[in-house]
Amino acid sequence: MFSGDQIASVLTGSGISHVVTIPDSTIGRWESAIEDSGISLVRVCREGEAWTVAGGLHLGGARPLVMIQCTGLFESGDALRNVLHEWRLPIYSFIGYRSYLNQDTLPGDTTLVFTEPILSAWQLDVRLITEPTQLETIGEHMRACRVASRAGVALIAEGKA
Amino acid sequence: MIQLDAALSDLRRARRDDDVVITTMAAARSWMAHEGGMHPRDFVFVPSCMGHATSIGLGIALAQPQRRVIVCNGDGSMLMNLGSLVTITAAKAENLVVIVLDNGVYEVTGAQPTAGSAAARSGLGAVDFAGIARASGFESVHDFSNPDEWTRSVERVTRAKGPVFVHLDIEAVPGRPGPRSPGPAAERAQAFMRALGSAST
Repeated sequence: MFSGDQIASVLTGSGISHVVTIPDSTIGRWESAIEDSGISLVRVCREGEAWTVAGGLHLGGARPLVMIQCTGLFESGDALRNVLHEWRLPIYSFIGYRSYLNQDTLPGDTTLVFTEPILSAWQLDVRLITEPTQLETIGEHMRACRVASRAGVALIAEGKA
Repeated sequence: MIQLDAALSDLRRARRDDDVVITTMAAARSWMAHEGGMHPRDFVFVPSCMGHATSIGLGIALAQPQRRVIVCNGDGSMLMNLGSLVTITAAKAENLVVIVLDNGVYEVTGAQPTAGSAAARSGLGAVDFAGIARASGFESVHDFSNPDEWTRSVERVTRAKGPVFVHLDIEAVPGRPGPRSPGPAAERAQAFMRALGSAST
């Protein structure tokens, strides 16, 4: 849906200094453009790490973003809870929404059942991004969350488009 | 074997004013109870998400490369996030020191053996944390079971070019309580950021 250059432009426009990530087949294609833009990429081994590395970066004065797939969100709940809710660190994240755009041709992926309710349960401010025309929506949401000093999520649909 | 409180007292003596020291679990309890009190750049990771002190430390180290960041981790915590050792070396965090205080048990829950302890691995022996660190790419790896040797070496080891990994063979003390948070976490985060000069306001 988005090119790496488009995503890198949103990130640099929002002052992001580090992207802490584990790739999937959509967000992984953005890595080289993000690095070429001058943003530091921190590759972690499991998604829970991403929240706490980002938390440490924030405490140290950097402006990190977590970029993972929704399956990694499922894995990383306790770290998310601690960093975003106990320490109240306003970390923004891009979460890839697996199979969202393939629901007609690839039905049955349970990520479609659980992703949005889990984000709701975590009481996060979420923007669902399903169209290429919503690129600017991501930047606007990032800015709004930063001004309010709260965590936020761009839930970015993945699949055929 | 080394006593936990003594090991951390040695670290306090070696710690420089601009260093960050992160403690969690039993190390946090001991650190807070010390008569020397707390330093503005102490980060007591309580409440925590167990296993993630190394990851918090990596983030701070990357954001503040001019400052040494020392993480006092437990063996149970280390086992929960072994991948972070690989992440740390990939990120080339030369200012990060990971100290694993290994007593072989989950002390704060009643001293049940960890899966890495000799007690839980009949005939296999305890997991070799120093070996895991070397295999993960740490070049500065240190292993101490003699308290005098740790006392003599702590300053040199914690100031070596990192990332540094230190394994300490710690005496388990069953029955000691878990750490209590020294105050509201969000307020402590803000105070810590001010101490680092990283607060936005």
